[in-house]
Parts: sequence; structure tokens; C-alpha cells
Amino acid sequence: MKQVIFKVISNEKIAKDVFKMVMEGDCTFIACGQFVNIQIEGLYLRRPISVCEVVGDKLTIIYKVVGKGTEVMSKMTEGTELDVLTVLGNGYNLSESGDKPLLVGGGVGVPPMYQLAKDLVAEGKKVTVILGFNKAEEIFYEAEFKALGTEVFVATVDGSVGTKGFVTDVMKTLSDYTYVYTCGPEPMLKAVYNESKTSGQFSFEERMGCGFGACMGCSCKTKYGNKRICKEGPVLTKEDIIW
Amino acid sequence: MVNTKVTLSGLTLDNPIIPASGTFGYGYEFAQLYDINILGSFSFKGTTLEPRFGNPTPRIAETPMGMINAVGLQNPGVDKVISEELPKMREVFHKKVVANISGFCVEEYVACCEKIDKEDCVGIIEVNISCPNVHGGGMALGTDPEMAAEITRAVKAVTTKPVYIKLTPNVTSIVPIAKAVEEAGADGISLCNTFLGMRIDLRTKKPVIANKMGGFSGPAIFPQALRLVYQVYEAVNIPIIGIGGVATAEDVIEMMLAGATAVQVGAQNLVDPYACKKIIEDLPAVMEKYGITDLNDIIGGAH
Repeated sequence: MKQVIFKVISNEKIAKDVFKMVMEGDCTFIACGQFVNIQIEGLYLRRPISVCEVVGDKLTIIYKVVGKGTEVMSKMTEGTELDVLTVLGNGYNLSESGDKPLLVGGGVGVPPMYQLAKDLVAEGKKVTVILGFNKAEEIFYEAEFKALGTEVFVATVDGSVGTKGFVTDVMKTLSDYTYVYTCGPEPMLKAVYNESKTSGQFSFEERMGCGFGACMGCSCKTKYGNKRICKEGPVLTKEDIIW
Repeated sequence: MVNTKVTLSGLTLDNPIIPASGTFGYGYEFAQLYDINILGSFSFKGTTLEPRFGNPTPRIAETPMGMINAVGLQNPGVDKVISEELPKMREVFHKKVVANISGFCVEEYVACCEKIDKEDCVGIIEVNISCPNVHGGGMALGTDPEMAAEITRAVKAVTTKPVYIKLTPNVTSIVPIAKAVEEAGADGISLCNTFLGMRIDLRTKKPVIANKMGGFSGPAIFPQALRLVYQVYEAVNIPIIGIGGVATAEDVIEMMLAGATAVQVGAQNLVDPYACKKIIEDLPAVMEKYGITDLNDIIGGAH
């Protein structure tokens, strides 16, 4: 864990209620699948947000406005200074991926897939990505994933773009993958867990107090004992999960 | 030069700052950020006789200037705390610690305190009869003067170290309970645990926390905790550790003026992991600003 003061460089709406914020600061040791915990003026608890991309000293996060904290964030302007705790959580383990990893992201579970896809592509893996959204106006980053050279499938619940249905409806049509990485709402994670033909890593969300392992606010039971989503997670392996 | 040293039942602390139980784990996370040996002491995660997972999640909700938790005393049980956590803790913290002990009946408190009393690193045993997040124990035991006295007597009978009783604020009158534990032999009082509170999610229209209610803490409760310390200081002659919403060096001085000999910092550690370090560093300058050369001179000074 590190405490870093970041400066907001840009903060723009990229889909319905979804914003992309780029900030500048010390990004040392931040890994894909980790999260940062942001202090927001006027609110007591920090807001944990997953890491979307790190390039040099620039950190990109993508967040959906769902409450007071993210609403305040959406109004932040260029130059705003933010007190951020970084290098939080375990992140994804790339060494398990095999040659043809499948990445499955749903809604605001999509952003952490981006740095992961970049890292896997850099290792020479053939990456397939499934992005799940409710409807067309919520879609983001499809072009960015394609630009990485990954094969991209989109599923929308209302069928307005891509496959009609859930990410698992796309998964059913795929068999040639070596490992699954996923992040999204818990019902989606469970569906991916049941549908996946290989092992995989699943990134979970939970309400947190501190985000760095001190308060036990986000504990869950696993096959290998109690784990804190903020510390031993947010990424659990398929073998960890009790479903 | 100012003097920040205070003494709790014979245990001298370099300063009165003690991270509160449940907000500092066993210190490891914070030791990655700074040398935690600058602390007066710290109160480690609430320990019970048997291992506990605690309550279902969500366990956390936010409030204006504070938070609600319903962790429910998650801990590996006293035997594992002694065999696994305390040896690791001693690597990062070399001073005496406060051992926070919880239970569900007198026998459990006794068995747990008897074991922890044998640990060299423990300077004070803090008996938590005030956890709002467990059923059939915790707070229920701390709202009745007779029950509180019974636990105090039972724990005192099997321990050699100073015993501080951590009281709940969720009572009509705190004074009879504070007097009861003093008469039963308590060496000091930790005051106070969290206030029972709740939040409701407007989208789901249900309580945010799975356990529905939880313990409300943070700067929002500081005036209430301060008032309890003030009231209890007038009623007892044993030292008080003031707890509740402390976030700054100024808060520490205010708590001590109300009657606290030392102070615990809780929720603030979770939002600012450097909170205690900042308070300790700020304290001498704030003391000078208010013309205080020795913290011992101001304990109860507001009375």
C-alpha cells in the first residue's frame, strides 16, 4: 500500500453514467486487477475503484455514477488533487493464463480487463474478450480492446448490440480457451463460474471500510479459509470459491 | 520541550495515542507505512475464546462524518492469536499492547483472559462488554451494572495484569455501570464502544448492513463520547481511556480535559492509515499553542 497525491488530467463521460478519469502521480507497483482507494472531500470513507490502465505515471480509472461519491467524482475538473491509496489487493496472476485466455467483463467489471488484456497480449497470448452490458448506450471500450489486437465479443441484455443475452451466452459458443479471467456483478461471476470449462480467476466487489486489510469489513469464506476481499482478494481463484 | 508521557495503571506510554481495537488489526498493515513503535500502545483485534467468522456482508455503511460497522468480532480465536498473530505482531511492535477480549458468557471471558494474561507483550487487558454486533453477549452484558461487575470480578480473579473494562454508550445512564466495574476491581475504563446505528439503502429500501444495525463511529460521535468521559470522570477514581471520533491532536487534548488519561483512535485509522502518526507528530505543537507543557496537568482539567 502507498499513499499518493494524484492530479486529475481528464475526466469525461464515455457511456451512460460511466466516466473515465485519467490522473497523474506515482503509479509504481500498481498491477492489473488491483484497485485504488480514493478520498473524496466531504465524504468519510474512501471509494475503492479498480485499475483500468497504467502508463508511466498516468493512471486510468473508469467508474459508474451510482451514489454520492461517484457523483462528486464525476464533477471533478482537471487539476483536482486526490489523496489515493494505491497498490491495494492481490490483482490477477498472469502465469496461469495458458496460450488462449478468455477475459469476461460485465458493466463496470470491464475496466480491470483492459490492463489485463494489454499485459497478456504483451506476453504473446491470444486473448479473447467478452464484454457484457445491458444496452447499447452503456457500451464502452469495445474499440480499445479491439485496438489491442484481441478478439472481442459484445453481449447486451436487450440485444441492441452483439449477442442478445448475457456474457455466458457468448461463452457457450466458445470452447477453445485455456483459462478464464472475469470481473463483474456477482450473479454474472456465478454464471461464468458455472459455464467455464477451465479454471479461472474471479474479481469480487464488497463494501469496504479501509481497503487495506485492517477492519475485516469485507471478509468472505473460501475453501481455503476466510479471506479479505481488499487484501487476499479482490481476485479469488475458481478453486477458492464456495458456490 | 513538552511532556507527552502518561501512565495507565503503572504502564508508562510515550504518548497517550492508542489505535482502537478492530481498526488496526495486529499492526502489520500499518507497519508497512511507518514505524508503529511511535505509538503509545495499540489495542489489537477483539479476541474471543473460539474462532469467529463474524457477520455476513455488507458489514460497512457510511454516515456523515462517520461509519457503521457490523463485523461481529471476526478473529481466529485466542489460541491462534497467541500462537500465530502475537509472534508476528512482536516483530513490528516492541512495546506493551492492549489485549481486547470479548465473550458471550462469564466463563468465556475468564478462560480467554486467563490465557492472554500469560503473554509478556500484553500490558493491559481490555475487556469488551460492549460489542453491539453480536447476539447473546457483548453489549447485552455491558448494559447491566450487576452483570458488568460480575464479569469484572471474575476476570480480575484470574489475571495479574491491569484490567480495563470497555463500556457501551448504549445505556440511559453510564455512571452506575462505571461505578459498578470500579467497585468490582477494574483498574480502568475504556470509554466508549460504538453507538448502535443503521442506514437504509434508498434503492433497495432495506438496511445497508446485512445485520441491519451496527456500531456507529467516527468524528460524528466525538461530542457524545466526550460527554461520557466527562460524566464518568466525575464518578470514578480509576483512569479512563477516551475513545470515540478522535481524529486530531486537538481532539486528544479535549478528551484529556474531559478526564481521559489516554486516548484511542478508531475509525480515523481506516480512512487515513497515517492518522495516529500525524496526531503524535502534531501533539507537541498543539500543546504549545494552548500553553500545555505536561499532558498530565490537563487530565480532567475541564471539571
